[in-house]
Amino acid sequence: MKLDAKIPTGDLKDKWKNYQSHCRLINPANKRKLDIIVVGSGLAGAGAAATLAEGGYNVKCFCFQDTPRRAHSIAAQGGINAAKNYQNDGDNTWRMFYDTLKGGDFRSREANVYRLAELSAPLIDHFAQQGVPFAREYGGVLANRSFGGVQVQRTFYARGQTGQQLLLASYSQLSRQIAAKKVQMFSRHEVQEIVVIDGKARGVIVRDLVSGELSRHSAHAVVLATGGYSKVFFLSTLAMNCNGSAIWKAHKKGALFASPSFTQIHPTALPQGSETQSKLTLMSESLRNDGRIWVPKNKDEKRAPNDIPEEERDYYLERRYPAFGNLAPRDISSRAAKERIDAGYGVGPLKNAVYLDFKHSIARLGKDTIKSRYGNLFEMYLKITGIDAYTEPMKISPAPHFSMGGLWVDYELHTTLPGLYAIGECNFADHGANRLGANSLLQASVDGYFILPLTIGNYLADDLKTGKISTDHAAFSEAEASVKNKFEKIINNNGTKTVDSLHRRLGKIMWQECAMSRTKEGLEKAIREIRELREEFYKEVKVTGKIQEFNQELDKASRLVDFLEMAELMCVDALERNESCGAHFREEYQTSDGEALRNDESYSYVSAWEFKNVGNFILHKEELKFEFVQPSVRSYK
Amino acid sequence: MKINFKIWRQNNSKMKGHFKVYPLENITADMSLLEALDLLNEELVEKGETAVAFDHDCREGICGQCGIFINGRAHGPHDNQTTCQVHMRSFEDQSTIVLEPFRANAFPIVKDLVVNRSSFDRIIQKGGFISANTGGAPEANSIPIGKERADYAMDMAACIGCGACVATCKNASAALFTSAKINHLNALPQGNEEALSRTYNLVEQMQEEGFGHCSFTGACEVECPEHIPLTSIAKMNFDYMKAVAFKK
Ligand SMILES: Cc1cc2nc3c(=O)[nH]c(=O)nc-3n(C[C@H](O)[C@H](O)[C@H](O)COP(=O)(O)OP(=O)(O)OC[C@H]3O[C@@H](n4cnc5c(N)ncnc54)[C@H](O)[C@@H]3O)c2cc1C
Ligand code: SF4
Ligand code: FES
Repeated sequence: MKLDAKIPTGDLKDKWKNYQSHCRLINPANKRKLDIIVVGSGLAGAGAAATLAEGGYNVKCFCFQDTPRRAHSIAAQGGINAAKNYQNDGDNTWRMFYDTLKGGDFRSREANVYRLAELSAPLIDHFAQQGVPFAREYGGVLANRSFGGVQVQRTFYARGQTGQQLLLASYSQLSRQIAAKKVQMFSRHEVQEIVVIDGKARGVIVRDLVSGELSRHSAHAVVLATGGYSKVFFLSTLAMNCNGSAIWKAHKKGALFASPSFTQIHPTALPQGSETQSKLTLMSESLRNDGRIWVPKNKDEKRAPNDIPEEERDYYLERRYPAFGNLAPRDISSRAAKERIDAGYGVGPLKNAVYLDFKHSIARLGKDTIKSRYGNLFEMYLKITGIDAYTEPMKISPAPHFSMGGLWVDYELHTTLPGLYAIGECNFADHGANRLGANSLLQASVDGYFILPLTIGNYLADDLKTGKISTDHAAFSEAEASVKNKFEKIINNNGTKTVDSLHRRLGKIMWQECAMSRTKEGLEKAIREIRELREEFYKEVKVTGKIQEFNQELDKASRLVDFLEMAELMCVDALERNESCGAHFREEYQTSDGEALRNDESYSYVSAWEFKNVGNFILHKEELKFEFVQPSVRSYK
Repeated sequence: MKINFKIWRQNNSKMKGHFKVYPLENITADMSLLEALDLLNEELVEKGETAVAFDHDCREGICGQCGIFINGRAHGPHDNQTTCQVHMRSFEDQSTIVLEPFRANAFPIVKDLVVNRSSFDRIIQKGGFISANTGGAPEANSIPIGKERADYAMDMAACIGCGACVATCKNASAALFTSAKINHLNALPQGNEEALSRTYNLVEQMQEEGFGHCSFTGACEVECPEHIPLTSIAKMNFDYMKAVAFKK
C-alpha cells in the first residue's frame, strides 16, 4: 500500500490556504442530504458534531458516558497553547510549529504541525466567543502562563480546569444543535463495530449500555473521535472507561494504525497505593518548579523521609541532569524515576514512588509563597493521601497519560479506510514521538472545529446522489452477528477470573516491558505473555448478569478483548523501531551517558500497521520529509 | 478494615428495589470508596452474583459522573466533595455504610446506584449556550472582560453537573445547577445578548422536568463539590422576574 499523506503544495504557511482554496465544497441544500456519524463527544467529537450540524449535515453522535458533558477531555487541567503573542515575547506560528515538531523528536509531519500552530490563534477567539471564562488580567485582556518545553508564554487557561471549560463550551454548542434537531445524541451508547460496504465506511453497530440492545446506524461517512488508549496499562491518569475499542475495530476493518507504541508516561502522578487501586491521579507538572525530587541512598531505608539526613538522600535528577535538574522533560524525568525504583530505591509501602520535597523551597520562600503557588494541589494531595505536604514530602510516581499513536490519517484526517475519519487523540497526527503539554486540547479542538468539517466535504462531494444508506445491507447483518457472537461468548464462558484481574495483569506486562524503557528481549517476552493472557482470557473470564441489561462488567470485558489484541501490536511496533526517540526509549540505543539515540537515517518514518489477522501485522512506512527545518538532537544536560 | 455495605439493589427502572447487606474485609484506609466497591464487585462476580452498578468515570472529582447517597448524604461524609474523592479512612472500622442512589423524580433509577440525569441536558438545551456558530469570532482581546467578572463567570461555570444539589434538597430542586449555568453565561458580554430568554427558558424547563421549587434551605451549597453558593439562586430568581416582566 502506498501511503499518500496528500500534503498540499506550496510554502508551509500557504499549504492550508491552498487546500481551502482548492478543495471541493458542498452547498447547504446538498449537505441536508448527507448523514454523518460522529463517535465520541469529547473536545474533538463535540466540536465536529456541532460544526457539521451548523453547516447543514445530519449528524448522529455517540458517547458511552451518561451525557456528552463528561468526556475525558474534562479532566485536563493545565491549559491550551496558542501562538497569539499577547505577551510580546517573540512568539509566532513558526516558533510554535518548531517547538512542537522538536518536542515530538521529529517524528511528525511538518505540514500538519504547522497547521496546528496556525489554527491555534483563531481557536482562542472561538472559545472566548463561546463563553469560556479564560483567566484574565485586571485590565480585561487574556492571561497566559508558560508550560514545559518552550521559552514563551503561550498557554491559555481557565483556573486549573481548562479541559472542563473547553469541553463544556463544546457541549453547549452541541446542545444547541441537539435542540435544533440537527444532531441526534446517543448517550450511554457504545460503538462496537464499523460497517463497511463496497470498501467504504457506511455505518456502525451500537450497543445501548442501559438495555444491552444492539442497533444499526448508517451514514455517508463515519468520524471517530474516541480519545486515547493508555488505559491499556490498566493504571493510568485516564478516566476509568476510556478504551481503544473503536480504534481497534476500525483497524481490523482496514484502517492503518500509526506509531502504536508511542505513549507518554507523565512523571508526576500519585503512586499506586495498593493492588486494588484503580486509577492514578495526575499532579500538575508545575510542582517541579519548586519541589526537589529524591530517593534514599540506602535501599532498605525504614526511616520516615524527614528523618533521613541530607547526605543520605540522592537527588538523582540534579545529579544526572545538572543543567535542567528537576525540570528535565517528561520522558527523561519519568525514565530516571523508573531507573531508581527498579534498582530498589523506591519509597512508600509498595516501594514504587519517589519523594517530591518542598522543604528547601519553603525554607527559602516561606510557606505562604508556596501556598499561593500550589495551594489547591497541596489540598488535593491531602484529600487523597491524608498527608500534609507542607511538612512531609509528597510521594510521586510516573503514570501512563497520553497516546501519541493512533489511526493513521492523511492531511485531511482521512484514515486509509475510505469514508472513515479520525480526529483528536485517537489519530496519530501531530505529536510525533512525544507530546508537549497543552498541545492536545488544541489538537482535539482544531481537528473537530476547523479541519474536519471542511475536509470531509471533499470526500462527500461524490455522495450527493447516493441517497440514504440502507441498514438492511448484508454488511450490517454480518457486523451485528459478529458483535452478538462476541458478547455471547463472553457471557457464556464458565471461567473463574474477573475482568479487572485479567486487565491488571495485562497492565503489568505493558508497564514492565512497553512503557518508559524497552528492550528487544523484554518486548519479545511481553508478546509471548500477551498471547498467553489472551488465551487465558477466553478460557477463564467470568462475567455475571445478562447481555440484555445494564452490565458494566460486560462492557469492561468487551473493551479488554480489544486491548488484548492491541497490546501486542504496541509491542511489535516498539520492537520494530531500533532507535530511541521521544517517549520511545530502547535501552539498546542510548549514548554512553544514558541518553536517547535517535536514528534519522533508518527511522525517519511513521510506522503504519496493517491488520492481517490477530497477531499478524504488516508494516507500511510513511517517509517523513523535512523540507523546512533540519532535525536536531535534543539535549538537557 | 472490615465494613458492612448496605446497598440499594434494583435491577432496572421498572422493578422494585431493596437493601442488601454485604460484608467486606481486606479494606485499607487509603482505598477510595469506589475502589472498595470494585473489590466487592470482584468478590460478587467470583461468587457468581451480579456486580453492583454504580456510575463513575474520571475518579478525580471533575466529570460529575459519580454520585452516591452515602450514609444519608449526597457524596458522603464531607462537605463539598464528590463520591469518587471519598476514602475509606473517613469511616470507622467495623461500621455499616449505607449506599443509595441519588433520589429525585427527575432522576429515574437506571440500576442499583445509577440514575438518569438527562433532565440536566434538556435544561441546557433550552439555552445554556451562546448562539454563535464556528468561524468568524472576533479577536479575543477585542472584548475585554475585567478579571473580577471573568473570575465570577469561572466560579459559576465550574459546576460539574453531578446532581448532588438535587439529591440533597428536600424539594429535589435543580435551582443551584440551573442558576450556575445562567449566571456563568449572563455574566459575560458574549452571553449577555440572550440573558433574559436564557434565564426564562432554563427556569421553565427546570419546572417542566419535574424538579421542585427552591425554598432556600441551603442544603445544596453544603454538598456542591464546586462551591456554587446559594446566592447564585437568588441572582437567577431576580433575573427570572426581570425576564417575566419584560416578557423574556
Ligand atoms: C489527567 C489528564 C490531564 C490532561 N491535561 C491536559 C492539558 O492540560 N492540556 C492538554 O492539551 N491536554 C491535556 N490532556 C490530554 C487531553 O485531555 C486529551 O488528549 C484530549 O482531551 C482528548 O480529547 P478527545 O476529544 O480526542 O477524546 P476524549 O475527550 O477522550 O473523548 C472521547 C469520546 O469518545 C467517546 N467514545 C470512546 N469510545 C467510544 C465508543 N466505542 N462508542 C461511543 N463513544 C465512544 C467517549 O464517550 C468520549 O465522548 C490531559 C489528559 C489527562 C489524562
Ligand atoms: S451545582 Fe454543584 S451540586 Fe449541583 S450539579 Fe453543579 S456541581 Fe453538582
Ligand atoms: S468519577 Fe468523575 S467526578 Fe467522580
